Amino acid sequence: MSDTIFRPYSESDALRSDRSAGDRQRHRQKVREAIRENIADVIAEEAIIGRSGDRIVKVPIRGIREYRFVYGDQQPGVGTGDGGTEPGQVVGKAGEPGQGQRPGPAGDQPGADYYETEISLEELVDIMFEDLELPEMERKRLREIPVESERRRKGFRRAGVRAHLDRKRTARSRIRRKIARGQGNGGDADSDRRDEGDEPNRFPFHPEDLTYKRLVRDEVPHSNAVVVCIMDTSGSMDTLKKYLARSFFFLLHQFVRTRYQNVEVAFVAHDARAREVSEEEFFQKGQAGGTLISSGYEKALEIIDERYHPSLWNIYAFHCSDGDNWPSDHDRAIETAGELCTVANLFGYGEIKPLNSRHYGSSMLEVFKGLDAPNFQTVKVERKEDLWPGFRALLSKEGTEASRS
Amino acid sequence: MATDWSIEDLKRWDERIREVADGFGLVLRGQEFEVCGQSQMLGYMAYTGMPAHYPHWSFGKRYEKLKTLHHYGLTGLPYEMVINSDPALAYLMRDNTLCQQILTIAHVYGHNDFFENNFHFRQVPMDLTVSRFKLRAERIRRYVEDPSIGLEQVEEVLDAAHALSLHLRRNPASRKLTRAEQEVRAVEQATPRRDPHRSIRTPEERQDVDLTRVPLEPEEDILLFIRDHNPYLSEWEKDVLTIVHEQARYFLPQIETKIMNEGWATYWHHRILNALRLPEDLHMEFLVHHNQVIRRDPHGVNPYHLGFVLWHEIRREAAEEPGQPGMVDSPRLAEAGGDRLPGEEKIFEVREVDRDVSFLRRFLDEERMRALDLFEYERKGKELIASRVADPDQWKAVKETLLRQTGMGSVPVIRIHDADLGRSGTLHLRHEHDGRDLDPDYARESLKRLQRLWGRPVVLDTKVKGEPLRMSFDEEQGFAKAAS
Repeated sequence: MSDTIFRPYSESDALRSDRSAGDRQRHRQKVREAIRENIADVIAEEAIIGRSGDRIVKVPIRGIREYRFVYGDQQPGVGTGDGGTEPGQVVGKAGEPGQGQRPGPAGDQPGADYYETEISLEELVDIMFEDLELPEMERKRLREIPVESERRRKGFRRAGVRAHLDRKRTARSRIRRKIARGQGNGGDADSDRRDEGDEPNRFPFHPEDLTYKRLVRDEVPHSNAVVVCIMDTSGSMDTLKKYLARSFFFLLHQFVRTRYQNVEVAFVAHDARAREVSEEEFFQKGQAGGTLISSGYEKALEIIDERYHPSLWNIYAFHCSDGDNWPSDHDRAIETAGELCTVANLFGYGEIKPLNSRHYGSSMLEVFKGLDAPNFQTVKVERKEDLWPGFRALLSKEGTEASRS
Repeated sequence: MATDWSIEDLKRWDERIREVADGFGLVLRGQEFEVCGQSQMLGYMAYTGMPAHYPHWSFGKRYEKLKTLHHYGLTGLPYEMVINSDPALAYLMRDNTLCQQILTIAHVYGHNDFFENNFHFRQVPMDLTVSRFKLRAERIRRYVEDPSIGLEQVEEVLDAAHALSLHLRRNPASRKLTRAEQEVRAVEQATPRRDPHRSIRTPEERQDVDLTRVPLEPEEDILLFIRDHNPYLSEWEKDVLTIVHEQARYFLPQIETKIMNEGWATYWHHRILNALRLPEDLHMEFLVHHNQVIRRDPHGVNPYHLGFVLWHEIRREAAEEPGQPGMVDSPRLAEAGGDRLPGEEKIFEVREVDRDVSFLRRFLDEERMRALDLFEYERKGKELIASRVADPDQWKAVKETLLRQTGMGSVPVIRIHDADLGRSGTLHLRHEHDGRDLDPDYARESLKRLQRLWGRPVVLDTKVKGEPLRMSFDEEQGFAKAAS
């Protein structure tokens, strides 16, 4: 009879054993590809505005399943009870772990695929930027939130407090002066020692040598901003619309974040009436029929009045709509939009009409031509490629009023 | 990580365990244990236990999944992994306690004996298992590194081959007939038998046989058939198909004997650890782990549990039969057999000849099903509802449901019927429908992968809700389905 061999644990083998690294990377790559293909679905369903970048989101994945011929999931299963199970008894919930574990070596079981993966929000935003074809420079700008520092160094000066003395430069300046006087560079130890006792050779620091670091207060404004997202939820929000609207609001929020220290977001959903909601609710279809755009603006003004006074807050408002409005409301809408323009740094109106969608006859773009404000901009988005140029156009108006605060 | 054991401790315990195992009459081959760390263990598990395995993203996926499960503490037995090779290879996790190591070693010897003695494992050459896997890995790596092939192409063929790997001959014990033998058989079957009453009866007519047909008899080995009959495949593609087939072939007996094998190992670790007379603290810890291993699964059948219970029951029943006095019939057992329990002869015999389906068919009777409280459930909306329980009217139906999903029963039977349907080079397959419909999405995608390998159109006949359905995939027209 043969005997038994024990192989002890070895560190080097443990290192070698990270052989799955390549396959994990490849899998990760496939996951990313799959997400990119479905980015519209993912963003449309995921709350991303104003969330932290390391938040982990669960993303459903198609395309990285391991396909085989398998039986459908309507097949009955067999379970093991703890005695006295009766027909008709509820024995569990569908999709619980452990369900459908059938005999067979691990992994060789078909049908045990999982369809969700986890990804950080930051990675998701990366993929979204790629999908929207944002120029590389802009991506970086929108992604980087400047680190707040009270002061930073900027150059040198002759006068200053002792604590800011730059010793190295001061010493260098003295040596420079010494050389200019033709007394040698004075660098060797001998001459220095002689300096101590030998009065004529002494070469002291001169006030001119003293160099101080110059510190400036950082230019980052210590200010507050609020992004007011207004959306018409009366029409049906399909995936593409949700994706476009959400990305637009997201870009605006990211943009505002790069400029202000404290940024808040408010969501106003309206149909014929307006209410303030959370981001999750924001993208759900409203109940009532009919559309009164002015109701959304009034609600936004109300919120601004209550919580975000224009003297303390920079206000960015944006309204997404499919362009439908009751004609009788047009005048009121222009009036309230005008009011919004006076309090906001920037007010934008975006009409999202995917090309293949049912085309409503009406469009507010015409109506808003009657509104003449330098910080107002309308954007028309028919496909996702329009998003970035539209966003740019919106921001171009921002300069006109940015100095206001 | 501090451990409460050293390699010397393990060797000492191993000696005692082997002594006890020999005494019980387990017939063991050589055994190797490798002590490994946690991430190494996850690595081995992701690659089906093999120290060397060809690369494919699905193993990366499996690793991530295992890691998540492990993180949430959902994996049942993170320490048990045995490879059917000679000597058998098993892993011991460094972070486990002494008790867990003893339990694992005893459990592994159960598998060792099963691999060595069960009939179904004789079909697989096991002496070179590890090096075979390694050689295959090297071959695949070479194709990946070959600039004229590359990762993308190899991956595509592997993806497609994986989709079909479990469609292989299920009973390797019966020899596959050669083409010539199949022809003889076909002619024989078509020729009318000699009729003793030919003087009073009109003779049967001789039927025509088409001996040009490929395949002559429905073919189960899909990958091999494609390899041999698609002239457009390059040599490396054929090699990839061979590799995937051989690996699936290696796992077939393990799929077919999961319940018996795990049950057997659990039965013997239980017997061995009780015979070791462990110190009380170790014994208590052992009981905790043992109960963990055999916990019942409310949404499935835990093979450790079911197997363990059945082996016990079979032994108990055999012991009660008259004329079964723990008898001993071989000289080697005569010297060791003193330690055996009455009736244990019977389970040794069963472990040699059965596989899960026959094992359950023979030994899972109404009484045992009721004692196990096995029930059938169906999905209704979001809830799982018990539809049948093991009562006198329904237990047979519950048992049939269980048998159907046991072993290879969970893989649909799909055979190649014609390689040249309608003289267009179309590959014609038929799903042997047994009342269970295929998952339509998975079928469509699998068909697409099949077409990638075959290179010409593929057609699959199946049934959906009782109606015949023909699915097809064609490079130009894509997927189509029609009532047939």
